[in-house]
Amino acid sequence: MGKLFTTYYLLLATFKMILTQQLILGLLVGGLYGLAAAGLSLTFGVLRVLNVAHGELLMVGGYATFWLFTLWEIDPFLSLLGVGPAMFVLGLLLYAVLFRFVVRADEEARIKNSLLIGFGLTLVLHALAIQLWTADERAVTTAYSGAVLRLGPIAIPLLRLSSLLFAFAILAALHLFLARTRWGRAIRATAEDWEAAALMGIPVGRTYLLAFALGTALAGIAGGLVSISYSISPSIGMEWTLKALIVIVLAGLGSLFGSFAGGILLGLAESMSVVFLGGPYREVVGLMLFLLVLLVRPQGLFGTRP
Amino acid sequence: MLEVENLRVAYRELLALHGISLEVHPGEMVALVGPNGAGKTTLLKTVAGLLAPRAGVIRWHDETISRTSAQRIVEHGIALVPEGRRLFSDMTVRENLELGAFTRRAQKEKKLQLEKIYSLFPRLFERQRQRAGSLSGGEQQMLALGRALMGLPRLLLLDEPSLGLAPRVVDSIMSILSELHHDGMSLLIVEQNVHAVLALAQRAYILEGGRIVSTGEAKRLLDDDHVRAAYLGPLARGAE
Repeated sequence: MGKLFTTYYLLLATFKMILTQQLILGLLVGGLYGLAAAGLSLTFGVLRVLNVAHGELLMVGGYATFWLFTLWEIDPFLSLLGVGPAMFVLGLLLYAVLFRFVVRADEEARIKNSLLIGFGLTLVLHALAIQLWTADERAVTTAYSGAVLRLGPIAIPLLRLSSLLFAFAILAALHLFLARTRWGRAIRATAEDWEAAALMGIPVGRTYLLAFALGTALAGIAGGLVSISYSISPSIGMEWTLKALIVIVLAGLGSLFGSFAGGILLGLAESMSVVFLGGPYREVVGLMLFLLVLLVRPQGLFGTRP
Repeated sequence: MLEVENLRVAYRELLALHGISLEVHPGEMVALVGPNGAGKTTLLKTVAGLLAPRAGVIRWHDETISRTSAQRIVEHGIALVPEGRRLFSDMTVRENLELGAFTRRAQKEKKLQLEKIYSLFPRLFERQRQRAGSLSGGEQQMLALGRALMGLPRLLLLDEPSLGLAPRVVDSIMSILSELHHDGMSLLIVEQNVHAVLALAQRAYILEGGRIVSTGEAKRLLDDDHVRAAYLGPLARGAE
């Protein structure tokens, strides 16, 4: 009898440990979901255009970080300070060449054309990445990649923890920009009512350009963090677009920290599903959440308007 | 200083304005009245640069602005207070006002102008940290007006400033408009409350079906039989 109880408690303790470990891993990956979603949410909220190539832009940022490290041994966290601005410039170009023509259209044509352009861009970037960098999976492996922080039996990968903190810092900086600066406010005003913004003398086209470039930079930085903490390959784009989309629906539009919290929520839900349902259900849980939120609270958990 | 000549505006195939001509002189208060769907809002939006005309000319101080973007027109000193106020409701009162001074020209005078607006509307000062969406209807209209004034306009275009407001609030809005007028501001006002606006304005245009059907001194139009029957009688919308 006594032996049975001991076994029982041992099992329970092991289970608790596994659960905690998984929750921590979920929290860490969730921060990156949040960062990816914040970029998509920014472009979607301001331009009313869903950029389905967001995940591919993330992939490009990941490769930039990877090659900067592999070829010149530039520390990945340091190189992100360059990858971000470079992706910002790429965003400027993509907007000027492709999306500028879409935002002029009325709502229906805007949605249709932006999807066409987005999927086209997805295919092009995907094919380019395979051509240039092969289909192999890559990851930045630094000298400190294996470092973990041990809390009793729980291990926290330091790199992923730093990525989470980095993601949070980027979002906090963006938040300050949107809340405090003249152009940040112009972006928020345009997101809420572009016609009223134009009546204030705000150049709406330029705010679109700025928002799109910022969204692209966020995608690139998220990609860099993915290549540091996890791995990248030319085909990861769609998966990340989907995650970002789920988070946006989960969290609602219009709040950066809402996106971040939504991302963490998705990460936690996924890790719980790994513990209780098994690994293969990981992807299903996100989609279930997606449907549930759409049914119960279509404006999202933190959104104010439907 | 504002001259509109033979203006035609269409939504896709549907012509909304069939050749409108009107003028607003410096310091003048002009009313624009007419039934729903007559094209009043369309006219204001076109002058403000939100709609592009099919044909015709809009001149401002002898400069043609018919093809100028809304953003540039604000720089010229024409501000539209749109129908339904269109505030940035998730932002604070203060942020709304500061956005009104977005243009380079207005940016320089921002601090001074903000003080002026706050003394004109003390309620806005009290509520400057509140979300614009949480204000009452009258306060929202004051904010919309204040936000437009932050851009240092010389001509104010107002679309239904009294819509949905309680009579007492309408009175205070109207008295502020007449105060602005006395300070030299030019105003072009679209208003359902025909009685009030004709009593205040110097001249008026009557717009029906996209055409100007009558024009003249506001006081004279108040006595006009057609105007009385259509807009001031017991069945008129403005009397509601």
